[in-house]
Amino acid sequence: MTTFWIAVIGSSLFAFAIKVVGASVPESVLSHPRILRINGLVPVALLTALVAVNTFADKTKLVIDNRALGMATAIVLLIAKAPFPVVVLGAAFTSALAYRYF
Amino acid sequence: MSVKRDSFSVSITVGAYGSAFGAAAVAADFSVLQACLLSLLLFSGASQFAVVGVIAAGGTPLSAIATSTLLGTRNGLYGLRLAPILKLRGWKRIVAAQITIDESTGVALAQNNEADMRKGFWYTGFGVFFFWNLFTLAGALGASAIGNPSAWGLDAAVPAAFLGLLWPRLADRKSWVLAAFAIVLALSLTPFVPAGVPIISCTLLAIIIGWRK
Repeated sequence: MTTFWIAVIGSSLFAFAIKVVGASVPESVLSHPRILRINGLVPVALLTALVAVNTFADKTKLVIDNRALGMATAIVLLIAKAPFPVVVLGAAFTSALAYRYF
Repeated sequence: MSVKRDSFSVSITVGAYGSAFGAAAVAADFSVLQACLLSLLLFSGASQFAVVGVIAAGGTPLSAIATSTLLGTRNGLYGLRLAPILKLRGWKRIVAAQITIDESTGVALAQNNEADMRKGFWYTGFGVFFFWNLFTLAGALGASAIGNPSAWGLDAAVPAAFLGLLWPRLADRKSWVLAAFAIVLALSLTPFVPAGVPIISCTLLAIIIGWRK
């Protein structure tokens, strides 16, 4: 229970602090091209890692299960330019089928 | 007039993804209240999914906070970009800060004069805030009504949501190379370090690849 509350409150506080700092400091402080470049790449690195871990990890074990099939569906739907809700529902539907029948 | 229309359509489309967040949070054993608080207080989609994703993977609260915060740094840079246009003081600056996200910034910067930029920012910021929170509640209540998350595919909805957020960012070769290295690093660390650490470690890759032009 506490784990969840610490995560909820801690992440919210930091998120808000970043937003307020951004709105308050002079622009020159963080506008170095290198900082901007790295800042643009950080979400790519973290989101990719989150995709990989949430698909193939079960705690600290690597597994291939129903989620992998769901992700394959998501990739196909994204290549077909499906909208976000369709991608998520398609992945959930395939994964649920795989969970049910394998 | 078209600023209003742009803001509204962005708000409702993006807001609807809030249902995926609410459902994912509950599937990861967050309560409905906690899911709603994340949408109200944290209010930044990728960071919210990160909190849920790291905890769902067995990570500590600290690694959840770190991952979420690193993903949230871009909101600070949006604020820097918007501050000269919005020209805010006092409590208005605090309110504006909370709704400084991808969408409000995107709609604002897409306008071609400062008056429309300000309108775009406020309409989109409040619009997304309203619908995102409404749909989070709906998704969280829906998911808590249905029992075993795996049976409904919710365990795959989380990575699919991350992939949907990632996809538009894979615009150049550098991003694809970074993504490939991130998959390898995150998965190869997974068996050896506490959950959550493999995810944050990938920040190093972004620094290495972003260091040189």
